[in-house]
Amino acid sequence: MREITLSQAVNEAIAEEMRRDETVFLLGEDVAEAGTPFKVLSGLVEEFGTARVIDTPIAEPGFVGLAVGAAMTGARPIVDLMFGDFLYLVMDQLCNQAAKQHYMSGGKLSVPMVLRTNLGATRRSAAQHSQSLQALVAHIPGLKVAMPSSAYEAKGLMKTAIRDNNPVVIFEDKLMYQDKAPVPEEEFLIPFGEANVKREGKDISLIATSSMVQVAEKAAEMLGQEGIGAEVIDPRTIVPLDEKTLIESVKKTSRAIVIDEGHQSYGVTSEIASRLNEKAFYHLDAPVLRMGAMDVPVPFSPALEDITVPTPEGVAENARKLCSGEMIHAA
Amino acid sequence: MAKAKTNTEDYLRMYRQMVRIRTFEDNANQLYLSAKMPGLTHMYSGEEAVAVGICEALTDDDRITSTHRGHGHCVAKGAEFKQMFCELLGKEEGYCRGKGGSMHIADQSHGNLGANAIVGGSMGIATGSALRSKLQGADDVTVCFFGDGATAQGLLYEVMNMAALWNLPVIYACENNGYSEYTKTEEIAAGSITARAEAFGIEAFKVDGQDVLAVNELTQKLVARCRKGEGPFFIELETYRYHGHHVGDINREYYRSKDEEKDWKENRDPIVRFRGWLVEQGIASEDEIEAMNTEIETDATEAVAYAEAANYPDVSEVDMHVYAD
Repeated sequence: MREITLSQAVNEAIAEEMRRDETVFLLGEDVAEAGTPFKVLSGLVEEFGTARVIDTPIAEPGFVGLAVGAAMTGARPIVDLMFGDFLYLVMDQLCNQAAKQHYMSGGKLSVPMVLRTNLGATRRSAAQHSQSLQALVAHIPGLKVAMPSSAYEAKGLMKTAIRDNNPVVIFEDKLMYQDKAPVPEEEFLIPFGEANVKREGKDISLIATSSMVQVAEKAAEMLGQEGIGAEVIDPRTIVPLDEKTLIESVKKTSRAIVIDEGHQSYGVTSEIASRLNEKAFYHLDAPVLRMGAMDVPVPFSPALEDITVPTPEGVAENARKLCSGEMIHAA
Repeated sequence: MAKAKTNTEDYLRMYRQMVRIRTFEDNANQLYLSAKMPGLTHMYSGEEAVAVGICEALTDDDRITSTHRGHGHCVAKGAEFKQMFCELLGKEEGYCRGKGGSMHIADQSHGNLGANAIVGGSMGIATGSALRSKLQGADDVTVCFFGDGATAQGLLYEVMNMAALWNLPVIYACENNGYSEYTKTEEIAAGSITARAEAFGIEAFKVDGQDVLAVNELTQKLVARCRKGEGPFFIELETYRYHGHHVGDINREYYRSKDEEKDWKENRDPIVRFRGWLVEQGIASEDEIEAMNTEIETDATEAVAYAEAANYPDVSEVDMHVYAD
């Protein structure tokens, strides 16, 4: 199978959906000729023109608001939010307006829009360009949240997001844009709410999202060499969440670590760990462990930044302790 | 008042719609005072000529976005009393199946994209609706209603900038009723409100919001120009809210005198003024007008009784409509 980068995968997904449905359009800062600072959207303006690939002023609440209104009246906008950190700027438009229209109107209005943005630290971009804020939006009923972990997921989830009749926030790992993965040439979609078991194992479940899937896979590799079978599961969407697959895995392995790059407290890891505790408690041999980013603003200095996010070594170490029955307390 | 015209039916409909709004609000206020309404609500009484003058210049294909003080816009855009009162009382047959209430009534079938409980919250939605109209080559126009208080929100300036850059068919209708909640507008708004729109190159107009014909005449012109791609536009409508910020804001002399309220009600009431004009022009007799008023009151009374007797939504609906299929 051919291999393409995550960036190309996103670009292909959007181009295919724009060809398929003329109500789909793009808007955001520097999305047209610049193709975004990450060059993810390069070439789209040449094919679809400036009427459908719209450069906006630097006014995040304004252009997200425009997307909500366009979506409510028959278009399918894809909004580009240059950095996930800018979500704080658009909270009213996303959480009070987009997320609630369908419910508040008793089902009469709907908001079929995609907000694509990114997550991920260790790019030396400091506290306001490095955050992973998926927990913030996953908390809001009415929003769906997709977290692709490779080029394959990025393409399949984006296509599903564009066709979904709800506001979908899709987080791409900005450090993975140049990472290649096998992606079929023929069309495919990845349904929301279906986790992917990336690697099977009988001793411990490593449930990881987006950027942390690679971390979990590397940890599983190390553990495998030591005779510990780690199962790696990627939920792919955290709303909706494929609880069933996660619970089945934990019933089999009886141990789990949940890994996500958002802050650990009140985060995605906490939510998933709670559900496992509630629904698989009697199958557990050890407490479910959370591994998120440290509860500090992301520091600039590489010496500091690198220790704020989970690493394969850290995951493997915790897994060994859980499997050996050692009582542990996460730092 | 503007000059007499021959379109009798339009004038009578404008009068009827203004009286329907006032009557709706009187009944809503009674529902609050008699503790029959859950929560509270914001009365549009006094501002009827704004909603009616504007919405009578629109078709069902044209969209509006409304505010927390939104009953007037909803009635003026074509909504029915029964579904509105049902919504105010949280009943299943309400426009939003009781899930929205007074501050979120939406009536998609007449192009009302909904009231909004965030002050200025719908400015993006209105402008986005206009962007969609332009992208799809449609000729519908969107009117964004908001109050003077909302001119303090940054979102307005972000979206007016884009609307002006892209010539979007949107009309920003600022209902200046002199008060931003419990504070005089002059204390919260620096400079001129219309000059803010003009700074973006948007043509801005100031109109007497108590004169339904003046409002309607201006809006018709601007809607026609929007359809030709000449938008956006901005209108500041000078008006007055008879009640407090909401129905519970009763003792309000600390921010607004009773004399001032009396003056607006006695000398500038939009319904009284228009009624006088209709009679003077021979468009309707006093008897015909009284008959119309009575009929509207009966409609409202029946709709209230209907809504009071109507069913609440079944509890199974609580988690319906969180996501669309």
